[in-house]
Amino acid sequence: MKADETLDCIGLYCPMPIVKTAKAIEKMKPGEVLEVVSDDRGIKSDMPAWCEKTGNELLGIEEVDDEIRVFVRKR
Amino acid sequence: MEKESMTIVVFSGEMDKALAAFTLANTAAAMGIDVTMFFTFWGLGIIKKGSLSRGSKSMLQWLMSIMRRGGAENLKLSQMNMAGIGKKAMKILMKKYNMPSILEAMALAKEQGVRFVACTTSMALMGLTEDDFTETVDEFAGAATYLGEASKSKINLFI
Repeated sequence: MKADETLDCIGLYCPMPIVKTAKAIEKMKPGEVLEVVSDDRGIKSDMPAWCEKTGNELLGIEEVDDEIRVFVRKR
Repeated sequence: MEKESMTIVVFSGEMDKALAAFTLANTAAAMGIDVTMFFTFWGLGIIKKGSLSRGSKSMLQWLMSIMRRGGAENLKLSQMNMAGIGKKAMKILMKKYNMPSILEAMALAKEQGVRFVACTTSMALMGLTEDDFTETVDEFAGAATYLGEASKSKINLFI
């Protein structure tokens, strides 16, 4: 999946990935895609919850080795 | 869509409990929720300047305040504090896992617009005035103010 911006959250735990995602999305334009890279397994349920609450679109979650890549589109 | 809100009563004054409160506040704020934190009783220690000065306190209040100095940097752990050794160990672990310290968590909360309210009754009891608090405090208020907010919020927590 392609992204307009990538946010590296490797080594960070809740709430940091979510807080950083919120900040990053704010600076982006509607329709743009943010890729969040994390190694915190909690993100697999945190990001869908965040997307539902904020109305942003969850495009998908890819797992590559220990990395979890979440793709979010700003609405 | 109207913005959701959340309130947290911070009654406890220990570092670990404060961290839990700020983690929830920060996450909620990142999810677009309006957060108000109501600091009361021991929770006042988190938003106080860590001062030992007497100010307008009575002798009894001053003695109490020396025993509970306050200031976010001076908070103890609620368990295993072990005269500060447990706290040091906890801070080492937190740093290892890139977790925000209490001061960082508070700064982040302020940055995200979380409101800090100090309970005036607890303040009176402890002989504290507005000058005893850091600039992070947005409002000084009582329980009715808190309950006004809480009645509009889906999530209300007591820590």
